[in-house]
Amino acid sequence: MFGLILRRLMLAILTLIIVSIIVFLAVEALPGDMATAYLGRDATPESLANLQEEFGLNRPAVTRYFDWFGGVIQGDLGDSLVRRKPVTELIGNRLRNTVVLAVASSLIGIPLAIFLGVMTGLMRDRLPDIIISTISIFAMTLPEFVTGTILIFVFAIRLKWFPAITTVATDAKITELIPNIWLPIITLTLVMMAHILRLVRTSMIDVMVSDYINMARLKGVPAWRIVWRHALPNAMLPTINIVALTIAWLLGGVVIIEAVFNYPGIGTLMINGISDRDLALVQGIAIILATIYILVNLAADIATLLLNPRLRTAIAQG
Amino acid sequence: MTVANPSYSNIKDTTPDKPKSPAGEVWDNLKRSRGGMIGIGLIIMHFVLVLIGPMITPVDPQLMDATVRREMPSAEHWMGTDNTGRDVFSRSLVGGRILITVSLIGTSMALAWGGFVGILLGFVGGRADDIIMRLVDAFLAIPWLLFLLLIVSVVGTEPWVQALTFGFFYGIPIIRVARAATHDYVTREFVQAARARGESKRTVVLRELLPNVMDVMLVEGAMRWSWMLLAFTSLSFLGFGVSPPAVDWGRMVAENRQIMALQPWATFGPIIMLSSLIIGINLFADALAKALGLDRSQGAPL
Amino acid sequence: MSNLVDIKDLTIGYHTKYGRLVHVLRNVNLTIKKGETLGLVGESGCGKSTLGQAMMGFLRSGSKILSGSVNYDGINMFSLSPRELEALRGKRIALIPQNAGQSLTPTLRCGKQIEEALELNANITGQAAKDRVVELFTQVRLPSPEEMVSRYPHELSGGQQQRVAVAMALAGEPDMLVLDEPTTGLDVTTQAHILDLMRAIVDDLGTAMMYISHDLGVIARVSDRVAVMYAGEVVEDANVSQLFRSPSHPYARGLLESIPRLTLSGIPKSMPGQPPLPGTLSGCHFEPRCSFATDQCRTESPGLNDIQTDGKSHLVRCHHAEEISKQDFSQDLKAGVQQIVKTISEETALDLNGVDITYFNPDFVDRLLGKKEPPLTVSGVNLNVKRGETVALVGESGSGKSTIVRAISGLLPSKGGAIQFEDFDLTVSVDDRPMDLRKRIQMIFQNPDASLNPRQSVKELLDQPLKLYYPSMPASEREARMKELLQRVRLSERYLNRYPGQMSGGEKQRVAVARAFAADPEVVLCDEVTSALDVSVQAAVLDLLADLQKEHGTTYIFITHDLAVVRAFADRVAVLYQGRLCEVGTVEEIYSAPFHPYTETLLGAALEPNPDVAPKLIGGDTPESSPPAQGCPFQRRCPVRVGSICDEEMPAWQTPEGAVNHKIRCHIPVNELIQIQLEPA
Repeated sequence: MFGLILRRLMLAILTLIIVSIIVFLAVEALPGDMATAYLGRDATPESLANLQEEFGLNRPAVTRYFDWFGGVIQGDLGDSLVRRKPVTELIGNRLRNTVVLAVASSLIGIPLAIFLGVMTGLMRDRLPDIIISTISIFAMTLPEFVTGTILIFVFAIRLKWFPAITTVATDAKITELIPNIWLPIITLTLVMMAHILRLVRTSMIDVMVSDYINMARLKGVPAWRIVWRHALPNAMLPTINIVALTIAWLLGGVVIIEAVFNYPGIGTLMINGISDRDLALVQGIAIILATIYILVNLAADIATLLLNPRLRTAIAQG
Repeated sequence: MTVANPSYSNIKDTTPDKPKSPAGEVWDNLKRSRGGMIGIGLIIMHFVLVLIGPMITPVDPQLMDATVRREMPSAEHWMGTDNTGRDVFSRSLVGGRILITVSLIGTSMALAWGGFVGILLGFVGGRADDIIMRLVDAFLAIPWLLFLLLIVSVVGTEPWVQALTFGFFYGIPIIRVARAATHDYVTREFVQAARARGESKRTVVLRELLPNVMDVMLVEGAMRWSWMLLAFTSLSFLGFGVSPPAVDWGRMVAENRQIMALQPWATFGPIIMLSSLIIGINLFADALAKALGLDRSQGAPL
Repeated sequence: MSNLVDIKDLTIGYHTKYGRLVHVLRNVNLTIKKGETLGLVGESGCGKSTLGQAMMGFLRSGSKILSGSVNYDGINMFSLSPRELEALRGKRIALIPQNAGQSLTPTLRCGKQIEEALELNANITGQAAKDRVVELFTQVRLPSPEEMVSRYPHELSGGQQQRVAVAMALAGEPDMLVLDEPTTGLDVTTQAHILDLMRAIVDDLGTAMMYISHDLGVIARVSDRVAVMYAGEVVEDANVSQLFRSPSHPYARGLLESIPRLTLSGIPKSMPGQPPLPGTLSGCHFEPRCSFATDQCRTESPGLNDIQTDGKSHLVRCHHAEEISKQDFSQDLKAGVQQIVKTISEETALDLNGVDITYFNPDFVDRLLGKKEPPLTVSGVNLNVKRGETVALVGESGSGKSTIVRAISGLLPSKGGAIQFEDFDLTVSVDDRPMDLRKRIQMIFQNPDASLNPRQSVKELLDQPLKLYYPSMPASEREARMKELLQRVRLSERYLNRYPGQMSGGEKQRVAVARAFAADPEVVLCDEVTSALDVSVQAAVLDLLADLQKEHGTTYIFITHDLAVVRAFADRVAVLYQGRLCEVGTVEEIYSAPFHPYTETLLGAALEPNPDVAPKLIGGDTPESSPPAQGCPFQRRCPVRVGSICDEEMPAWQTPEGAVNHKIRCHIPVNELIQIQLEPA
């Protein structure tokens, strides 16, 4: 009955396992090891050996991988030697901050993008469509740091509406956080909207020239009702996966926006971690972000399966 | 009740002896697109700058003139100067040389190996396809920036190293695209016909599949190129790009952002250059997709 | 009786991307009376669909009315505001589209879509609407209507989708229906059932119809009056029996002559040339292809004149209509058919023995989840083909005929059994066959649009097999050979530089034929090679294939769903249902009793271009998606099921008395089968 969903789930788990191996190997490949990084200049061959012994760094890679991945499954990402704290503790509030940023942007951006996408799709090649589509090409193709910088110039330096950088503490309450981060939210919203808007527009145009929309017209269905009942549900189906991909893609782009606005999120932490070779931290962040990506995609796949009558039949039969 | 409108009565359907090839028709379509021509113009302008940029800079891009720090635009410094008194206009002209060279090499490599593997997987299928696609999915699940940062911090920021890195990493999503495009064509009857005829796999791939998959790959290549530029400058912006004294737009933005309140042109210069290139590429890619008939959103012409 | 529809002087055109004005319809005059069915017939590109859409007050974007009007019940459709059109459509005049599967909104349940039509066009809502939907579904003879209401369109078969579309059109109780090729793409049995339904509805409700089709068999079946279109003009407009008995426009005549008929063996006469763009000639548009043409035809465009046959109005657009109408058409028809004279060798070309084929190919997740293997797609096929013989594989969609041909060509592995060609085993993939063997077996595909690489010119297309099979042949010789091949498929050398996008369907198929014959093959596998072509072109391609066979002694395996084409072209027939053979025999044996119940069903549903011959509808028309696990493959649709033996045991082959190669696979004894005359359901 749920063969197809089960299938997706198994593939997602398999992907996660492969990701963990890739991440582990990539970090292994970094020159120098954790012990050297930890001891810094004070390293003597003896202290190095002791430390390697203490943290089990001289065990074979395979053993260490299973230890690490075993921990990850139980929610333990290991300890950061550079920062001398458990990785989960380091990530804690930072991850929350990034999620706040991403969720706030999604809540504004996704509905707005879908709305504008539908409108531009319906008004294809007329003035509002041309204006909105052109802006969205700019927002989509320019790097985030360019968009962010331009917005800072306009809204922080010239108009002085918002602060140019975030000055909020890492563990501030969400209610304190939000009023301070409008500019990063707007930047992220713009970038994300552009992607979704363009694809919704395409999908809407595709649907509007289909036979069943023509049929509905010839059946005498009023225009608004054609859009609402016949076109929208069909145009929205491909959008689910696009939204998921955009969200996942944001997880990469958000790093740059955090850097532009000096925002205390997981992205700035990741850049710091890479700069000072905090291997456990980098591994932890990578696996968290990858898990989010896989989960979002899985959710979108399942949602599409459930919402698309065609696929639903396939599930019932499979 | 004979002919009502005389204007069409003498038109004859005369096909020329040597009809246009499909490539000729695509170029015709491309020429009709204004956006496409603007895009091509912008791209050519940047290519010219890559080649002759250093010869036409009004001021030495590396010259630090302590007497004119953070100056607004003037007749001498068209875009003013930066924090250390360097000429922003001159630096903007040459700030894309490494970026464009590296990304072009990277894109070509990515298209070549990603396209090759993708077409092969799409054509052969089977167990190898299953396994490699799992790996590709896993690679794509890791945030791209994190991956690039990791690789760059392992292998360094030498331009040729970066070209290789980008070439490899950006080939992975291309595998997917090339494989999907190949799947589209493998079941078509003309490929079946070639197989039934007994053509070698090489011929089927090179003569039947490649010319058709190439359409998709061309558009994809243009898009990937603009994304690679984006990633490259983003790395520079974050401080993981080419190292000084080489000039790069991304790093210029990062540095000159600090004085944006005093001398915004130091930031605008590189932003204008970078944006014109990326938008040029996107305009071209859009027009190309339309000209090749790949962009369904434009609707079928009558 | 007054006219319900009055189309006056209608001319429609559009501008190409180069700014040239192209006509689609020219000076069309047509009327439809209340309750009358007008059949609109013509080949692709003649403007019939545009006319149908114009009937609904709809134009394709870019097209415009250049002159004339479409009047429905006194209202000019193109003077109405969008709101007024909305009110008219569905309520007074409704459309039944060509592809119902794509014309029903995929995310809405069938019942809901009809309810919407009821609410908009008949002011019925709530429970009353729900009840009415069931009533309508019953009226269009959908099985278990209560259940169908909650199904989504994709969960229905093509025929059922078409019935839902009919129900939707009937919801507003319109006075007029426009049907645009509603049965094209459906299996013959389904088509016959839908046509029967349409006739019953019209008789019941007194609805007028405009029935658009390229298929003269369909038109003969449903119409009261027929209008024939050519190059955007109506060239003949007459009562159905007058038109089919004495067609008086040379084009209508040529069209009727080019259709293969169940009752006539041999290849029908084909029409040379192809239609010009509407409005590009100053004289008669058919003149370049017409054997009656005179100087007058070249310079003077004929009007639509009434020549009055049998005391009834008979409109023809031809200067010579009067004399043509006096020639006896039935005599011409018989004289035009060309019998294939050939000798079939006693030597076996191909031998299929117990061939099994399956598409089931589980991946590792499937295996992990323990997916069960479905019944074989093709099972136990035995067939012996002689050299120089044409064997037709016949059956509806899903009968496995293409699958078998793909296995012979080596594109698909067979799971069991043997396929023997001389000493070669053909169950191996094409990759593992020696080059010489590959050369000797060639394949031609159904749709030349798909089987010719759009990126290659005709020269490259023909060069490929030559280079492959004759690696030592110099380029100049190859070029000469290409020209010779083109000549043999009756195309000029100028075509060498053309690309597939620059040729008509018939020309493309000729190039595909030339490509297959470049190898000088002994066996050619033809997969529905004429079904994507217009009838007049079909006859020409059949004729070409027959000629090539005579010259080279080629063996054909010929796949088709069209029984009339089989009659015209084949020597022997194998009837397939769900991948299993039902009956094998010569054409004469297959087309006369005793029949396998499935063969009889197929033959009964085939439509002849003759209004006096009614099809015989036997059994249901619900196609099945997979073969039964055991027993006779036809068990679920068989009108003469014997009992549980049919479900459990595969029947044995029986041979009728006196026959040698005629074999029928049925549990009913042959001598009883002769006596059973299946009754329409």
